[in-house]
Amino acid sequence: MTGAKLTNGLVDSVSVALAGSGGAGVMTAGNMLLEAAAQAGYYGLMTRTSGPQIRGGEAAAMVRVSTFASDSQDDRFHVLAAIDWQNVNRFASEIPLGAASLLIGDPAQGEPPEAFTRSGARYVPLPLKALAKQVSGGWPNMVALGVLGGLMGLPADALERAVQKAMKKGGDALAAGLAAVRLGIAEAAKVDGALRLAGARSGAGRWLISGNEAAGLGALRGGVRFVAAYPITPATELLEWMSPALTKVGGTLVQAEDELASISMILGASYGGVPALTATSGPGLALMSEALGLGVAAELPIVVVDVMRTGPSTGIATKTEQADLNIAMYGLHGDAPHVVVAPNSVADCLATAQWAVSLAESLQVPAIVLSDQYFGQARAIIDRPDRAPARVPRLVAQPNADGYKRYALTESGVSPMAIPGTPGTSYTADGLEHNERGTPSSQPSDHLAQLEKRQRKLADLDCAEHWATLEGEGDIAVVTWGSCTAPVREAFARARAEGVKARLVSLRLLSPAQPERMKKALEGVKRVLVVEQSFSGQFHRYLRAEYDLPGEVRSFRRPGPLPFRPDEIHQTLVKWSHS
Amino acid sequence: MSTRKAFTKAAAKKKRVTGRARPVAGPYADFMARAYVMEVDAAERYADFADQMDVHNNPEVAELFRKLSRIEALHAKRILEEMGWKQPPHALLAWRWDEPEPPETTAHTEVHYLMQPYHALQLALGNEQRAEKFLARIARAPKTPPEVKRAAAEMAGEEREHVRLIEDWMKRVPKPAKDWDRDPDPPVLGD
Amino acid sequence: MNAPATVAALTAQNFKSDYKPVWCPGCGDYTVLASITRALAALNLRPENVAVVSGIGCSSRIPAYTTCYGFHGVHGRALAAGTGLKVARPDLTVLVAGGDGDGYSIGGNHFLHACRRNVDLTYIVMDNHVYGMTKGQPSPTTEPDWKSKLSPGGTGLREFHPLVIALAAGANFIARGFSGDPSGTATLIAEAVRHPGFSFVEVLSPCVTFRPEQRAWKEAVHPAPVAATEDPARAARRLMTDDGFNIGVLYKGSRPAFSPAAPKAPLSPSDLEKDFAL
Repeated sequence: MTGAKLTNGLVDSVSVALAGSGGAGVMTAGNMLLEAAAQAGYYGLMTRTSGPQIRGGEAAAMVRVSTFASDSQDDRFHVLAAIDWQNVNRFASEIPLGAASLLIGDPAQGEPPEAFTRSGARYVPLPLKALAKQVSGGWPNMVALGVLGGLMGLPADALERAVQKAMKKGGDALAAGLAAVRLGIAEAAKVDGALRLAGARSGAGRWLISGNEAAGLGALRGGVRFVAAYPITPATELLEWMSPALTKVGGTLVQAEDELASISMILGASYGGVPALTATSGPGLALMSEALGLGVAAELPIVVVDVMRTGPSTGIATKTEQADLNIAMYGLHGDAPHVVVAPNSVADCLATAQWAVSLAESLQVPAIVLSDQYFGQARAIIDRPDRAPARVPRLVAQPNADGYKRYALTESGVSPMAIPGTPGTSYTADGLEHNERGTPSSQPSDHLAQLEKRQRKLADLDCAEHWATLEGEGDIAVVTWGSCTAPVREAFARARAEGVKARLVSLRLLSPAQPERMKKALEGVKRVLVVEQSFSGQFHRYLRAEYDLPGEVRSFRRPGPLPFRPDEIHQTLVKWSHS
Repeated sequence: MSTRKAFTKAAAKKKRVTGRARPVAGPYADFMARAYVMEVDAAERYADFADQMDVHNNPEVAELFRKLSRIEALHAKRILEEMGWKQPPHALLAWRWDEPEPPETTAHTEVHYLMQPYHALQLALGNEQRAEKFLARIARAPKTPPEVKRAAAEMAGEEREHVRLIEDWMKRVPKPAKDWDRDPDPPVLGD
Repeated sequence: MNAPATVAALTAQNFKSDYKPVWCPGCGDYTVLASITRALAALNLRPENVAVVSGIGCSSRIPAYTTCYGFHGVHGRALAAGTGLKVARPDLTVLVAGGDGDGYSIGGNHFLHACRRNVDLTYIVMDNHVYGMTKGQPSPTTEPDWKSKLSPGGTGLREFHPLVIALAAGANFIARGFSGDPSGTATLIAEAVRHPGFSFVEVLSPCVTFRPEQRAWKEAVHPAPVAATEDPARAARRLMTDDGFNIGVLYKGSRPAFSPAAPKAPLSPSDLEKDFAL
């Protein structure tokens, strides 16, 4: 699981990028390539990048195909193919190449830009447009698809099945597409020096899904049946996927006028007894902070998915970052303990969203799910997710409960919640501080009692296996979260191969913090490397605030949008462990 | 001969009486100002389109629009020179045209990010034809003062020449394929 | 004696920046940009004395495309920011611009209160009945049966009538323009800027990418059948039966513009200390 050459000259992972502009159809081709990888039994990941134009802008599809499951991008791309080079140099920092990489371009479109050739990559001119013209109705992106698939050694029938799946209408367009792909495969065979994939480890029942879709499905599995939606990049697709899906399972989605409305709408639905969710990004979460506090004070279960993007403020809407941790953890006024969880893989978006619903409902508290643009918009081939454990439902008051107190000071801190329609247990949910009955109170004793109740209910949270992903052993540990987890995992695999042992702690439960479990996980650790995608080191500060970290702690951080690559983590790890 | 050269040559062929300063007021000056505005507006619009094509990675059409812009700017400059005007007359809101835009200007809605050179020339052709009609109508109208009639008729003739040049140009440019606006990729997210 | 230096009159091009817009070719907003620059030049304003304030969305990208002072703020809050700017700096000409999603959805509350407050600024909404920048969701002015991913069967909601709302909330000047008529729109904008108080110009501006059928608006628009009225009751009747395509100035009110009290000779803070001295 290293991305390096195996003994028979084949590799376990190939990364390619396809770039072009103005109707070139690189996303379409990239999606087909990913589909072909799935058809051939491989794992894969597709991410994308584009210019600021809504149509016709420069764009690149980045596809990684491997024999092992990974959400990480590789250190560099083995092939960059371009239908044209218009403004593709803008993507140079996102498509790192090396001396062993191939640069494929149509000579009719001119030379590849210096931004790419300076890597030492080898230029292989291929007249994609002319080749496409050899097929009636053929398009260069389909030829490129064949070229890329052929170069990495994907079986031709997998590529053809992918084309057929995408072009269901069939007819001439399908025939042309298939012919163009075959042309591309034939051209690829003439190119030497390309890295070819080792055989796939086929598995039954894999899925092809994006992080946003996975989170949506997880929420449905968790029981969400009401969603309020306000569009915001990069969360919009989650909401758009949920809209028809919710209707199918008997739920409802309402498009709100803004985030202030959507958070209040879901609080209302939750008060009515229906598990509710909304999805947004940083700017939206910032708007929601007041009402989230209401959810905490009135003890209303809701889930807010924050698909983090580059901040601050409007930031870079289409790119990723891990810098909403502060606002998710500490952005509510007053002492307002709540749940914050974070998936650490595309597949985990499903399980974590589902878990968030369960936590919110069982603890009667808002839960924030910190996903990010990298996960949200990446499409990955994953193993079929496990059937998640049964959800813990809301503790609901029985009708005509004698002397019902909504905010009764129970041992666990969770008090039965009366659902409207239940006779004999009417109460008024209130953001005002209140006594056990829910009547507004300014008594110091009531305030203290309710603060303790709201804290206590989170304290004994049963999260044994879920609070973090723990792997490896050794006295050097990497503590990280979210989308940094995958490159760390790959770095570990490489380090292990060199005999360097390290531990991974990838937190999935950020709030309430789990100092005892962390202590146990880091027993014997002398060095801690904190890896995160935040300029100011939000995660590092969070760890220092909530945990006692052993030994020497170093922060390896940078802002978005460029992802960490396994090699840089690997080198840092190895260097530190040897010093 | 390149089309640009053809236009310039055609322009040079027409000799108007120059050398004496033209009046700054009166129906003739008004008419020439209006003609000037027509050319300048066309030039600016073509330049706008060239920018749009640049941003949307359509360099061939961008270059074509730039050419068209330069040609119109040349026509405008000639009017200034003939009239001896140091400052260009102001367009602004002084006039309303019969249509929403001046006759030689393409509406913003007519361009497409995947448009082909042939499309651009079709638009230019329409512009020249409309300009010709507009000037010919002025030349024909009985109320038009004789000096204006003369100038309008001359200019209408020039536009007819432009029409011919563009038609020629169009013959040398490939006709767009049936699926010229095919873009399988979906639009991209923004803010 | 030297002749006084004259500043050459500016043209619309002087108000357009070098920054090339990223709007899709065919977008109505290009015309609105041209109309705004033309109007500003016709009014003999100078770019440095004009501020363009916007929110988030395709239309809200407009400030940087002008040579005026620009403020590209957060989603929906442009009117609030514009209000703050104009009240703090009444000497500036303040234009607020944005789309229908930014202005009527998340910005709805601020829209109501900006009309009511009647600060002397001009609000230009480029209405294309859709959220363009986030890839095509219904906006408050979208027809109830328009299908989208977020609302697959259509929203089923009656669309907003922003001109009626503006009148009811107290706007002092209400007009509708169409991006297919640049000089007409420029005239409307110039008049709106000249008119004191809160001037609202809604410009129908088709979205070529997500609502290509809006090309048909060219045939649907028509000049408003009657002249603008100064009578709010008459305007109300007209606007309630407005078909959404009446072009022109529809209402010109005479409420005085918001004007906070200001002393002729301001005191200094130390002058206020005597209130506390024992």
